[in-house]
Amino acid sequence: MNTSVAATHHHGPASGIGRWLFTTNHKDIGTLYLWFSFIMFLTGGCMALLIRAELFQPGLQLVQPDFFNQMTTMHGLIMVFGAVMPAFVGLANWMVPMMVGAPDMALPRMNNWSFWILPFAFSMMLLTLFMEGGAPNFGWTFYAPLSTTYAPPSVTYFIFAVHMMGISSIMGAINIIATILNLRAPGMTMMKLPLFVWTWLITAFLLIAVMPVLAGVVTMMLMDIHFGTSFFDAAGGGDPVLFQHVFWFFGHPEVYIMILPAFGIVSEIIPTFARKRLFGYASMVYATASIALLSFIVWAHHMFTVGLPLAGELFFMFATMLIAIPTGVKVFNWVATMFRGSMTFETPMLFALAFVVLFTIGGFSGLMLAIAPVDFQYHDTYFVVAHFHYVLVPGAVFAIMAAAYYWLPKWCGRYYNETMGKVHFWCSFIGVNITFFPMHFIGLAGMPRRIPDYALQFADFNAIATVGAFIFGFSQLIFLYNVISCIRKGKPADDRVWEGSHGLEWTLPSPAPYHSFSEPPQVK
Amino acid sequence: MFKAKLSCTGLLLLAGNVAADWEVNLTRGVTEISREIYDLHMIIFWICVVIGLAVFGVMLWSVIHHRKSRGAKAHNFHENLFVEITWTVIPFVILIAMAVPATATLIKMYDNTEAELDIQITGYQWKWRYQYIGKEIDFFSSLSTPRDQINNEAVKGEHYLLEVDNPLVIPAGKKVRFLLTANDVIHSWWVPELAVKKDAIPGFINEAWTVVDKPGVYRGQCAELCGKDHGFMPIVVEVKPEAEFDAWLAEVKQAEQEKTAQAEKSWSLADLMVVGEEVYNKACLACHQANGEGIPGVFPGLKNSPIALGDQSAHIDIVLNGKQGTAMQAFRDQFSAVELAAVITYERNAWGNKTGDIVSPAQISELKEPAQ
Repeated sequence: MNTSVAATHHHGPASGIGRWLFTTNHKDIGTLYLWFSFIMFLTGGCMALLIRAELFQPGLQLVQPDFFNQMTTMHGLIMVFGAVMPAFVGLANWMVPMMVGAPDMALPRMNNWSFWILPFAFSMMLLTLFMEGGAPNFGWTFYAPLSTTYAPPSVTYFIFAVHMMGISSIMGAINIIATILNLRAPGMTMMKLPLFVWTWLITAFLLIAVMPVLAGVVTMMLMDIHFGTSFFDAAGGGDPVLFQHVFWFFGHPEVYIMILPAFGIVSEIIPTFARKRLFGYASMVYATASIALLSFIVWAHHMFTVGLPLAGELFFMFATMLIAIPTGVKVFNWVATMFRGSMTFETPMLFALAFVVLFTIGGFSGLMLAIAPVDFQYHDTYFVVAHFHYVLVPGAVFAIMAAAYYWLPKWCGRYYNETMGKVHFWCSFIGVNITFFPMHFIGLAGMPRRIPDYALQFADFNAIATVGAFIFGFSQLIFLYNVISCIRKGKPADDRVWEGSHGLEWTLPSPAPYHSFSEPPQVK
Repeated sequence: MFKAKLSCTGLLLLAGNVAADWEVNLTRGVTEISREIYDLHMIIFWICVVIGLAVFGVMLWSVIHHRKSRGAKAHNFHENLFVEITWTVIPFVILIAMAVPATATLIKMYDNTEAELDIQITGYQWKWRYQYIGKEIDFFSSLSTPRDQINNEAVKGEHYLLEVDNPLVIPAGKKVRFLLTANDVIHSWWVPELAVKKDAIPGFINEAWTVVDKPGVYRGQCAELCGKDHGFMPIVVEVKPEAEFDAWLAEVKQAEQEKTAQAEKSWSLADLMVVGEEVYNKACLACHQANGEGIPGVFPGLKNSPIALGDQSAHIDIVLNGKQGTAMQAFRDQFSAVELAAVITYERNAWGNKTGDIVSPAQISELKEPAQ
């Protein structure tokens, strides 16, 4: 008995591959999530580059239309479910226990399982590329009946993979909620929680609310395909529009799942580098909660052209416009935090500042899209593509990169190379804008999305966008190199890491020990 | 002097051409609704620009002046109820101001009454069908850009991918109502200059309308991902003055009668093969491929297939009536009896399918009749 207690006292990571397979340590699992997400980011990115290469010039050069559709579908699914979501879960795994003063996640074994489902789900989904009939080719929104009656046989594997991803997300969310609500250190009241923790708490509730809806909709597809039901088949008395209602009831909260933790990250980083407390902490929390609530009553703004009744159209237009208010509050708060601060511009801050500007641009185009009559002209064009890439790439992805640079010294006890970080930032910033800004123009000029070839008047901006995409894509290799060389031979970091750092995670040594806060800290 | 003037004009012309290719804004369009939508678009755009300049202006000012390297000391404030309420209320007021004209336009767009011409538009995997209700006009409209232009084997034409064999023709100055539906998957009928975009959904009939005063040719595309050739199903609308529109109606009916007459004469295998190949390239090639081998796992091949080599009536049945639940459409109404007979004959004799069968147009006419 005594010996075993003594043994656990100095318990460190197990050695070999077993450490990663059987780990229940939140830091190990966080690391697994983050590397998995980065691999998926590069995989989905290669698909994006193939898409952009085909669109470099009018005419079909590299791929045939059916494969092009497989690429757009897989790119979307991989980036949403494989890159952005796991990256946020990885960050939550690493940071939430350290930020609330907990020793680990509340449900460590489930934590292991929620990660290890993912590589299997994505391997199965990627392997459909080699199936007869090819991978899913109906867009990441998989509208029925294109995804049911007219789908390739691989759709069944896709449905299974989506179920697995859903299970993983739900378990991850339950774990995060349990940790935040039960394992806070004494004195850490809810209104003292760091904003990253707050935004993740709200995101986790969104996940629990909508992932089952996604599971429901893919199950209905499965029934239609294999068991003779007609949920979405008009010929059997079903309703193809029902699919879109159910999908977007999941889909709209899903887009906030991908942005709320980013709000949290930026709300941690800006005060650190402005050396000033976050402006309007309470209103940030309320704004996040209102965005989450509103996200449940705006889904049909993705469906303005399906022939909704006038009253429906108006309701969803007004509700959607309302989202601008809490989102505006957040942006104003960030700017007010910088105002009369004492700013420095390390790489995380650069990414956070770019986030504020470029996410806001995505927000503006979102407001334009909310105006239903005008949306008739924007809907399903490159204007929409520009809009959601602005909120997801320089939005969510930039926030994830900012977070990686911000906490990397705490994770591995070493600094990354600052110059290389800045080069990575500027290449990404310039590349992202060259890629996605011209898409506003070609969208307004009338180019539909998801087409492998286009009319001649769209040629010039498409060529520019492709050049930008390659700049952005290849500059991520700088990031990879910087992270690896930081882990291997970076300059040692002190405990506080940043001059303006605040919060419990910075009271731990760098690198953070394998087990932290075994004794709860006191929060005043 | 004169020469300089000339070259200046040349430059201007050139600039004009270039500007057309670098179009950055929404079209104003040619209808009252499209112009209202354009105005709404510009209002909301300028609202965004003004807010953006204010927010980014303050941010940039802070970035320049409140930086540590300039010796800025951080202040201590972190909340201010008045400011926070102000920047919640002001956007709310702006949004209401924006919602009012948007609602008015939307209500106008939803007024589908008092149309002078009704046209049913049906989306098919990868073409449009236009039926003029009460006028006995019914035709299909598909991409007319040659394959070699798409495959970069020929120079691309001016209206590359935005040209069709049979455009939709509507009269100028009259309210035309569109009834949209689809035969297979969801499509979306969009012509930017008319500001009409409406999904065509199987099992549903959606309504949209337009009044175009200015005769001309307006081009658009399918806007909802509908499978492999989603990018290749354009829309061309020709707006004609009323007299010309009536002449066009008569002409189309005349052509229809000639087609029926053709079915009565007897056709040789060679003649059918020529017409058959044309029809095949237009309607079948996208799925079954030029070599008749299809795409394994997605679209079945016809070369050596039991249907093309076996019983004639089964082959005729599948071409005329399609196969429920697959991409194989019913071609009964899409082509004339001659064209259908020709394409079936072609499929039974091409790529080494040497059955030697001739399917006669008369045979098809007989089968087509009862459905009419």
